[in-house]
Amino acid sequence: MSWDGFPADDGDESVEIAAAFRAAPGGAAAYFEEGQAGVIRSLVSQIAELVSADAESSGETPAAGDLEAQLGLSSHAEAPDDPVLARLLPDGYADDKDASAEFRRYTEETLRSGKISSAQTVLASLPPGGGEVRLSEPECQQWLRALNDVRLALSVRLGITDESEDLSERLSPEDPRSAYIWVYQWLAYLQDSLIESLT
Amino acid sequence: MGVAPVEVEQPMTGQDTALDAPWVTVVWNDPVNLMNYVTYVFQKVFGYPKAKAEKLMLDVHHKGKAVVSAGTREAMERDAETLHGYGLWATVSHDS
Repeated sequence: MSWDGFPADDGDESVEIAAAFRAAPGGAAAYFEEGQAGVIRSLVSQIAELVSADAESSGETPAAGDLEAQLGLSSHAEAPDDPVLARLLPDGYADDKDASAEFRRYTEETLRSGKISSAQTVLASLPPGGGEVRLSEPECQQWLRALNDVRLALSVRLGITDESEDLSERLSPEDPRSAYIWVYQWLAYLQDSLIESLT
Repeated sequence: MGVAPVEVEQPMTGQDTALDAPWVTVVWNDPVNLMNYVTYVFQKVFGYPKAKAEKLMLDVHHKGKAVVSAGTREAMERDAETLHGYGLWATVSHDS
């Protein structure tokens, strides 16, 4: 696990003041600049696409009236090949492939639709142009999950395996992923502020 | 000398041994989930008081994993599913 790793302001003028949540009646509120809203909307949309596109493209798309689909059963038995998806949709058993496959069959569709729903809540409550965002307590829950999914996905793409590692030292500034280090840390700070607003 | 006993094939579903040895849900440490988020999720999902949720969170953090709930296999699968919804890395196992 990690502490919220918000970097100290090192004078980089490109760094906007980071948006953060504060407690508000019935939930939490935050102000987002347009650029900040754009980053969050883009990343959250990508998670929703990843989670739903893979479900459709993986062969046996359930036809209308398909009994398994109606029961919410997944045709997936194996952990996804994409490491990001594998982290978002993990195995249910550490050392039992058969039990994991069975678990996945019964839970994966619900898990996928839950993640899509969280992403949709964020997209519905965060205007593309930014601005003041006021969230009810249930919306805060969805935001927490969606922000966490984005952070999990970024961590896989950034190769984060050690919470104490200083990422900026490992990735060279020329690495296209380096821009996302700051985003990853900002989202940790944002998620942290949302938790603190609720507790 | 007798004949070696014929091994009777037993359909092991896991349920027949579950009576005296409970199933557990284990949460594993990862470098991403925030400590206060993990504590928050334990309170939210299990209704644990903050002190207990924090202790479990610290166990996960320092020991690499912690048992967060125990009971029937079905209940543990539900717990793991719920925790996956929050992005925590949870697995079900047989407490032995």
